Amino acid sequence: MCMRYSLAGLLTNALTGNRNWKPVWREPEPKPSYDVVIVGGGGHGLATAHYLAKEHGITNVAVIEKSYLGSGNVGRNTTIVRSNYLLPGNEPFYEWSMKLWEGLEQDLNYNAMVSQRGVLNVFHSDAQRDSFVRRGNAMRFNGADAELLDQDQVRALVPFVDFENARFPVRGGLYQARGGTVRHDAVVWGYARSADMRGVDIIQNCAATGFRIENGRITGVETEKGFIGAKRVALSVAGSSSRVGEMAGLRLPIESHVLQAFVTEGIKPLLDTVITFGAGHFYCSQSDKGGLVFGGDIDGYNTYAQRGNLPVVEDVAEGGMALIPAIGRLRILRSWGGLLDMSMDGSPIIDRTHVDGLYFNGGWCYGGFKATPAAGWCFAHLIATGQSHPFAAAYRFDRFASGRVIDEKGMGAQPNLH
Amino acid sequence: MSQINRLTGKGLVDHSKTVSFHFDGQPLEGHPGDTLASALLANGIRLVGRSFKYHRPRGILTAGSEEPNALVELRTGARREPNTRATTIELYDGLDAASQNRWPSLKFDLLSINQLASPIFGAGFYYKTFMWPASFWEKLYEPMIRRAAGLGYPSKQTDPDHYEKANAFCDVLVVGAGAAGLSAALAAARVGARVILCDEDFALGGRLLAERDEIDGQSSQDWAKAAAAELESLPDCRILRRTTVFGVYDGGVYAAIERVSDHLPEPPAHAPRQRLWRIVAKQSVVCAGGFERPIVFGDNDRPGVMLASAVRTYLNRFGVTPGRDAVIFADNHEALTTATDLSDAGATVRAIVDPQPQRSTAAEEVVAETGALYINGIIDAVSGAHGIKSVRIKDAQGASKTVDCDLLAVSGGWNPVLNLTTHLGGKPKWDNALSCLVPGDLPPGMRVAGAAAGQFSLQACLASGEAAGADSAKDCGFSPSACSRPAPARDVGPVVPVWFAPSSRGKAFVDFQNDVSVSDIKLAAREGFRVPDHLKRYTTLGMATDQGKTSNLNGAALLAEATGRHLGAVGSTTFRPPYTPVAIGALAGHHRGKDFRPTRLAPSHAWAVEQGAVFVEAGAWMRALMFPKPGEAAQDTVDREVANTRNNVGVCDVSTLGKIDVQGSDAGAFLDRVYINGFSKLAVGKARYGLMLREDGFAMDDGTTARFADDHFYMTTTTANAVKVSQHLEFCQQVLWPELDVQTVSQTEQWAQFAVAGPKSRKVIEALLDSGQDISNEAFPYMACGSFTVCGGTPARIFRLSFSGELAYEIGVPARFGDGLIRAIMKAGAEHGIGPYGTEALGVMRIEKGHAAGPELNGQTTAHDLGLGKMMSKKKDFIGRFMGQREALNEAARATMVGLKPLDPKMRINAGAHLAPKDASADAENDQGYVTSQAYSPELKSFIGLAMLSEGPARYGEVIKVCDPLRDYETLAEVCSPHFIDPEGERLRV
Amino acid sequence: MRITCPYCGPRNLEEFTYRGDATVKRPDSLDESATEAWVDYVYLRKNPAGLHKEFWQHTAGCHAWLEVTRDTTTHEIVAVELASKGR
Repeated sequence: MCMRYSLAGLLTNALTGNRNWKPVWREPEPKPSYDVVIVGGGGHGLATAHYLAKEHGITNVAVIEKSYLGSGNVGRNTTIVRSNYLLPGNEPFYEWSMKLWEGLEQDLNYNAMVSQRGVLNVFHSDAQRDSFVRRGNAMRFNGADAELLDQDQVRALVPFVDFENARFPVRGGLYQARGGTVRHDAVVWGYARSADMRGVDIIQNCAATGFRIENGRITGVETEKGFIGAKRVALSVAGSSSRVGEMAGLRLPIESHVLQAFVTEGIKPLLDTVITFGAGHFYCSQSDKGGLVFGGDIDGYNTYAQRGNLPVVEDVAEGGMALIPAIGRLRILRSWGGLLDMSMDGSPIIDRTHVDGLYFNGGWCYGGFKATPAAGWCFAHLIATGQSHPFAAAYRFDRFASGRVIDEKGMGAQPNLH
Repeated sequence: MSQINRLTGKGLVDHSKTVSFHFDGQPLEGHPGDTLASALLANGIRLVGRSFKYHRPRGILTAGSEEPNALVELRTGARREPNTRATTIELYDGLDAASQNRWPSLKFDLLSINQLASPIFGAGFYYKTFMWPASFWEKLYEPMIRRAAGLGYPSKQTDPDHYEKANAFCDVLVVGAGAAGLSAALAAARVGARVILCDEDFALGGRLLAERDEIDGQSSQDWAKAAAAELESLPDCRILRRTTVFGVYDGGVYAAIERVSDHLPEPPAHAPRQRLWRIVAKQSVVCAGGFERPIVFGDNDRPGVMLASAVRTYLNRFGVTPGRDAVIFADNHEALTTATDLSDAGATVRAIVDPQPQRSTAAEEVVAETGALYINGIIDAVSGAHGIKSVRIKDAQGASKTVDCDLLAVSGGWNPVLNLTTHLGGKPKWDNALSCLVPGDLPPGMRVAGAAAGQFSLQACLASGEAAGADSAKDCGFSPSACSRPAPARDVGPVVPVWFAPSSRGKAFVDFQNDVSVSDIKLAAREGFRVPDHLKRYTTLGMATDQGKTSNLNGAALLAEATGRHLGAVGSTTFRPPYTPVAIGALAGHHRGKDFRPTRLAPSHAWAVEQGAVFVEAGAWMRALMFPKPGEAAQDTVDREVANTRNNVGVCDVSTLGKIDVQGSDAGAFLDRVYINGFSKLAVGKARYGLMLREDGFAMDDGTTARFADDHFYMTTTTANAVKVSQHLEFCQQVLWPELDVQTVSQTEQWAQFAVAGPKSRKVIEALLDSGQDISNEAFPYMACGSFTVCGGTPARIFRLSFSGELAYEIGVPARFGDGLIRAIMKAGAEHGIGPYGTEALGVMRIEKGHAAGPELNGQTTAHDLGLGKMMSKKKDFIGRFMGQREALNEAARATMVGLKPLDPKMRINAGAHLAPKDASADAENDQGYVTSQAYSPELKSFIGLAMLSEGPARYGEVIKVCDPLRDYETLAEVCSPHFIDPEGERLRV
Repeated sequence: MRITCPYCGPRNLEEFTYRGDATVKRPDSLDESATEAWVDYVYLRKNPAGLHKEFWQHTAGCHAWLEVTRDTTTHEIVAVELASKGR
């Protein structure tokens, strides 16, 4: 079993040639059955396992993953965390997530490099300012931090933004100082290590191939490594929710879309905060390694291929150059794509399903990474108690039928516009 | 000291001309045809940069785009380009480059002490530490890490150069102009196929330029020159030099970057720095070549350790010897070629170190010819921190021998360059005979030839290229003749590939730039990071600017060994675009600054500029915000424009509204189905306000639609939703109800339209009308519409509509008459005190009237919320009807539109503020709504606001708190009807 | 990605606007008992991995709405028809 990390341990290992480090998680074969089987070894699935074990004492748990741990969206996002949401169904949830991020290192004894360097959303018109103010006030009403910056304050934070020659001049910004970035892979490894230490079996290369349902109740999961019995099964496979869900007869308010992301070559510090463009789709931060990490809009068509096309690549670069014309000579080193569950109102789902004992967590749209701790927390609560956690009370399937949708962007039932 | 390592008369550089340049401030010289790397080597400079983590001294490892070590900051000032590979920089006169990631100097770098702490700084150490005490992470550790991170410095200044984009279409795209690529291009172009041939280099030929091979009786260099000349002469062959095809996309789309001016001090006037090519190809032949593999051994990163193929490139192409006393360490026959080339160039080959168990006849000959020691063994140790001084060789029997040298040429065999073959998801396959990964499933229409296909020998490159070119042409409908070159025998790789010299001393590097060593890989494997992707993410292997071009497979081999698996079973990480790094500016093209997006100008724009109007961005439009008089404060301008409109007459350009012509015998029935209210019974000559919903029942857009004939309607939409509504109508017409006889077409650009509003507006319109036309209140009442002529025969559509709440008209003329019309309106209105008003005054007047606009039609509101629930017809089908009836969209508790009047008229009703009960605190439980719009009403002499408030209409008269904690502001306001002025609409009807 | 518009021929992706699933059928909005059908039409999608019938509009061209059959795992387009056809 993995050891607790400490300064002394680090030095001792260094002096003994680092030969005594142990695997961060075990590689067990699946047991015949578990209390809970979580399908999906991404950030959400592993966080769910961690909180099930730590907060609810449920440790007879397996996390099964079709590939390697963290091979999905948790390893493909632009690592931004923030709680700058508008609507009552969302803001308390994301603010709770922010609080969990703030305590994550100590909770996990693993440094996921939570970096509260601030998130700045610039605005370009009075109308946009008013809508940002509405959002900022929603954050303040919910106890989150938010500041409205004027043009000079934005200039002080990001002096190289185009203030002089812009098609859509920057007039100010909404700033959340507690927002920032987190080293995404470390979130996977930290939660996996913690869950493993508490007895959770983490099983890689073990795709779910079907669900066994008897009299409307789930009894287990068919996998590449054989049948695994389970009292409760939790799906945490955002990006592939529809195709996994279909095996259990779920028809979901979700489309799969690809979101591309980009990183430049490593450069010395340029950008101290996370910045988002208000007149196009572009958001950017600089990683601790020095690369500018950025992205924009989804490609906008249904896809399960983890790659996008050229128009969005160009669109993102145009947004970047319009906002920060000093990045023209910096070079994109790598681009990639992650599959998003784009839901019909742009907000997620953490809920029971029509199958007893089968629980669903998905529909995260662009927001899955920042939600990781709270999604794990609330999903674990749902699985353990059968009740929605108050912070996730709005994230129910029935909101689509009832019309109590959580539509931050006001785009309606058109997933590619959220 | 000048060009001490230049081989007089050798290579393809132009020895007759000298090019001056600076490196780290030192003046140096090279020749045209040099790269920065070859020129540095010519000048005897071996130490070029520092590595990322340990700041190890580094030199030049390769001669191409895979270079991990020799990165420099190229140029200065706003044109500074960090992390530029010296091996790909074409030398130009005045070039200025500086080394990176060192302080205070390249030779003496303080952070090289990091090496001493390397036992702690191993793979993944970050994750295990910096946690105590918790607060130190933000304050101390992270800032420290961030300062140390990165290599070169960004300029932080606006990029002064231009970029452009171009589209190209072809039958066959050939990527790479080496032996295979030239052969492929010739085979396809000779039979008439439209061919585009791209190569990242400035000279065509690839390794043909770097070797001393012979083809058809010519030297390989001459053959390449002749092939290029023939291709240039073929009419349908386009050759793009300095052009990297960096990405493959769906549908035969290839993205390429042409470095148009990077080989010049700065781009010539009117020329771009780089050009993004979007190439659509029916077929492609990827001849991207191969990368030679380094062998991993202790201190293998010392300056002077160089890939054997690069040694030959510098000798044969650039006429530079990278060293005078060489040792060669290779597991394949490249060792012998390298020895011969070095020896022929006048260098001494001290030793050939071969880890293979037996020695060939060919080797005997080379040994005899060069006088080199031939040792069956490995390199055990390397000395010389800033430049290699000697190596220790350990032979198969365990005996060691130290040999002085200034160059160690290394070859661990070759890897095909697979990148483009995998961008659409194809997985490379392991080839046991070649000991490397080869292309797997290819994108549609792609072929691979030459080294990229694992065809490493020259004959194989020529033959496979020719065959692929001919087959591609055939697939495009051409009839190529039979291939001239016989298919060669299959290549084989090293008998026993050597990845790692196990007993060697010192830190053995796998990923040079990121300082990932053998011990890091072992540690990662020990900790459970056993798939290539985990290894990469945990150790950063392959994440440097070279994306692991020289390190990925070596890393996988070491991982295989550490985990007891066969290399073929380990798998690989995924190649992603771009193949080599691409400037963001090039991808953006000219879409930056003012040209980021198109700018749309209203028909009266030029006139408004003459009036000194202040403009504001409204989507893509620039609209006149206000028309200030000299020295006038903004609020005074708006107040004046509002007052003048309400008291006299004002004019505003409203051409930006979406305008859609709807025609057909079913046009009325069609509109019934897209609006919540009815239109089929609207009388000809009348207009009506309508609200559209989305199918989910929420409000989408509003506007007026006028009927000019039984089968002809004219719809207006909001400015913001013009395109969206047009698409929506086209969807309804083509997909939902194709049986209806109706057509829609956007006319937004075709009509210039002006609102003329105010008590004297009729007089102004009458003055414009040609004689014999009547717009009296009786003949042309409120909501009338009709076709007229104005200004002596100009066709005009006039609508008696009002957004301001005053007697008002909208008058439209074909767009080309818009400028003339605004001038005519101003002239006609002069005696009535007409004044233009901008969008700010327009906004004030619509808020005074309680008309919903963008802030209220925000996609989250319903007809009920806007106070229009009763307009929803119960009798007919329309978009959004069914879902719009749901209780949740209609319940009283929903935030519904109201007016707000501050108790103190001087206090603002800040838009974006939230609403709470008067005595409640500003927290989530008390959040009852939000302010959408705010204005100062000159008529009421008070600020006013529109808001969405829970149970709003039932609360008229209640005092609530307007909370704007974001701006530290609170005020009390009375809830009221949103119709602040003339609620009965009497002014409209006079 | 390139789509072959039946009117305009093969054109680049950026000329088209996506809408989504083309297999859904708008129910009768006057049938007050059709709640389930309406929820399904507006909100629920099959979202298959494989062939997908979907609406695209050639917005930068002829404005025709198209029904495109495309593989969501490879992006290969196997058929393009006018959406108005056969409705």
